[in-house]
Amino acid sequence: MITELGHFALILAFLVAIVQTIVPLVGAYRRDAGWMAVAEPAATAQFLLTAAAFGALTWAFVTSDFSLRLVVLNSHSAKPLIYKISGTWGNHEGSMLLWVLIVTLFGAMAAWFGGNLPPTLRARVLGVQAAIAVAFFAFILFTSNPFLRMAVPPFDGQDLNPLLQDPGLAFHPPFLYLGYVGLSMAFSFAVAALIEGRVDAAWGRWVRPWTLAAWVFLTIGIALGSWWAYYELGWGGFWFWDPVENASLMPWLLAAALLHSAIVVEKRESLKSWTILLAILAFGFSLIGTFIVRSGLLTSVHAFANDPERGVFILMILAFFMGGALILFSIRAGVMEAKGVFGMVSRESALVANNVLLAVSCFVVFVGTMWPLVAEMFLDRKLSVGPPFFDMAFTPFMLALGLIMPIGALVPWKRGTLVRAVQPMRYALVLALALAGLVWAVQTGRSLLGPVGVFLGAWLVMGSMIDLYTRTGNSGWRRLARLPRADWGKAVAHGGMGLTMMGVAGLTAWQSEDIRVAQPGAPYDVGGYTITLNDVREVEGPNYLSTMAFITVAKDGQVLSELTPEKRIYPVAQMPTTEAAIDQTLWRDVYVVIGDAQDAGGWAVRTYIKPFVMWIWIGCGLMALGGAISLTDRRFRVAAGAGKAAAVPAE
Amino acid sequence: MTLRIRQVLIALVLAAAVMPLPVAAVEPGEILDDPILEQRARDLSKGLRCLVCRNESIDESNAGLAKDLRLLVRERLVAGDSDAEALDFIVARYGEYVLLRPTATGANIVLWAAGPIMLLLAGLMGLAYVRGRAKNARAQGAGLSVQEQARLDEILKE
Repeated sequence: MITELGHFALILAFLVAIVQTIVPLVGAYRRDAGWMAVAEPAATAQFLLTAAAFGALTWAFVTSDFSLRLVVLNSHSAKPLIYKISGTWGNHEGSMLLWVLIVTLFGAMAAWFGGNLPPTLRARVLGVQAAIAVAFFAFILFTSNPFLRMAVPPFDGQDLNPLLQDPGLAFHPPFLYLGYVGLSMAFSFAVAALIEGRVDAAWGRWVRPWTLAAWVFLTIGIALGSWWAYYELGWGGFWFWDPVENASLMPWLLAAALLHSAIVVEKRESLKSWTILLAILAFGFSLIGTFIVRSGLLTSVHAFANDPERGVFILMILAFFMGGALILFSIRAGVMEAKGVFGMVSRESALVANNVLLAVSCFVVFVGTMWPLVAEMFLDRKLSVGPPFFDMAFTPFMLALGLIMPIGALVPWKRGTLVRAVQPMRYALVLALALAGLVWAVQTGRSLLGPVGVFLGAWLVMGSMIDLYTRTGNSGWRRLARLPRADWGKAVAHGGMGLTMMGVAGLTAWQSEDIRVAQPGAPYDVGGYTITLNDVREVEGPNYLSTMAFITVAKDGQVLSELTPEKRIYPVAQMPTTEAAIDQTLWRDVYVVIGDAQDAGGWAVRTYIKPFVMWIWIGCGLMALGGAISLTDRRFRVAAGAGKAAAVPAE
Repeated sequence: MTLRIRQVLIALVLAAAVMPLPVAAVEPGEILDDPILEQRARDLSKGLRCLVCRNESIDESNAGLAKDLRLLVRERLVAGDSDAEALDFIVARYGEYVLLRPTATGANIVLWAAGPIMLLLAGLMGLAYVRGRAKNARAQGAGLSVQEQARLDEILKE
């Protein structure tokens, strides 16, 4: 019964979305206040109906209703409750429902918090947002309906892919989707502005919080996914340049570019058409990401959710929205004249450089991701583009970005001199060089990677501090607390970027590895740590069987930790997984994995010493935190240019 | 054309049936006694794709085929092959699909050159834009445009 109600709510939401697409857009065209006013209640209704549908599906998973096809395929009565809940979106149909739920959530938020927008713009934004929802409602209802029943319900389900039975995976997709879909707001604002034919500073101020929020969620989502891969996949990699990962990295890069260029629109009324184009492209790459994940067109480790038939449908959605928006853009881009003027050395120029680097690095990832497909279809060559390519082609952009970031952050708006901007950075430069030199001298081996990473980390962190300090205008530390939140957010996020860069470089340069057959009770040394395999036992989990090893990690006779790496078998899904055990500190991780029992006695044990790895995620966390701090800036709450905007409908 | 895409898709769906087994790869028994040869073998393995997995190198995969390939790489290195010869040997048998780092030959030049060329183009466009704004700055001076002046008056009146 609840299932049918959910199904019905979903169909109703679809119909409401159709109304919300047509009526407000026509109303805005005819300047009819009544028609435009349909948008807000419709957006709220749409969200509530979709939430009801999602709730009904969740309920079916929680109560293990095996008359529902989706529950049979992806759940099992013995599964722990949290994974029954997260199982709702751990499959294609459910994850698409989550996607559209978030589309409607953002639409509803725009309706609730968009009070200071001019009525026509608000009606158009909500109309475009509803159009996106219509496309995905149709996709769900016609190709991937989660509410299909079984003619003969089985006694139990086929279980969720065990890889997905993990807290990291419970939260990774929702955050990623919040990010992906958050960019739909930027898209709706861009298309609405193109229809209006007007982009000004106020528009920049309205679109920025949405972009910022989307970027924060994407950052958290990507970091969660990377962290999960680190401890779950069993060899401690944090990024694999997998097509599906690239699909999330591309919108992240463009969103980062967009939230910087929107500042230029907001403060200087320049870069308007580029910002609009970025907003369109950023959401376009979100759709491409969805397409890549859902269609399974490109092979990747994310095997759990793909289906080529549905890919065609998403491709059509992509073609419609991108094609339409880009045509509109080509017609209307001309009317957006730039107002602000600035010198060659200025914050504006630095942000242009930032945009060039981010956009081109995104392009490189895109070409690398799609190239195997292009080569196969048009050149008849079956080839792979893997991590070695991306490491070589992508890293230089991040290096350049890291180098110019603190200087760009210090250059004043309009016109500056390079000497003035670089001057306060001289201490940072000296200190960062000294640190890098120290690291170079101390490390074994002559790799440049580690010192460069340490240099960038120190350079960016100190750059952020100097940035904050100069903002106080030498009037002491008390002023620091009263700086605009946006300044704090910027400093925290830039510093976080530095820490992530340092973490990545440090880990890549200095990690060490040991693979051997360990005999129980016989200690051995790995990189200064003494590892002892004490025992291996069979343990029974709630829905799996585990081979659990008990390993002691010691240094200089001091026991640091007792680790219990596992090998699990999930009998229902017939799948093994590894659970690495990690002794985690700020400076290094000791990462232990248990392998197979050997014929001649003993167990295969892998030990990795991974320096600096925590900093990768600390940095990501700081980037997200910086974005969140920036989001609380006062200027987003006060009505920007409201006095002028209110005059529009009277025209 | 559509038939071709279908074939590709079907092949990919079949490939999807082989789940990645997330158990770490290189086993103790495979490791060569000579640490230098072993290091070379590891470096080569990281650049070779496991054919039955999804986007994993043979160094990371625990599939049976990946193990065979790892042993093959070590066999070739022990037999005295250079790194390039060992790679050629494997590519000759399994096709260039196994190379995670695509060669810079033929059409692949487009792939390798795409980044630098795009950077050059985007850099020039960015520079032209910035110069244009800077020139405008000199032409306009510090004065306000007519609309700006009007808006300023409006604000002052309020």
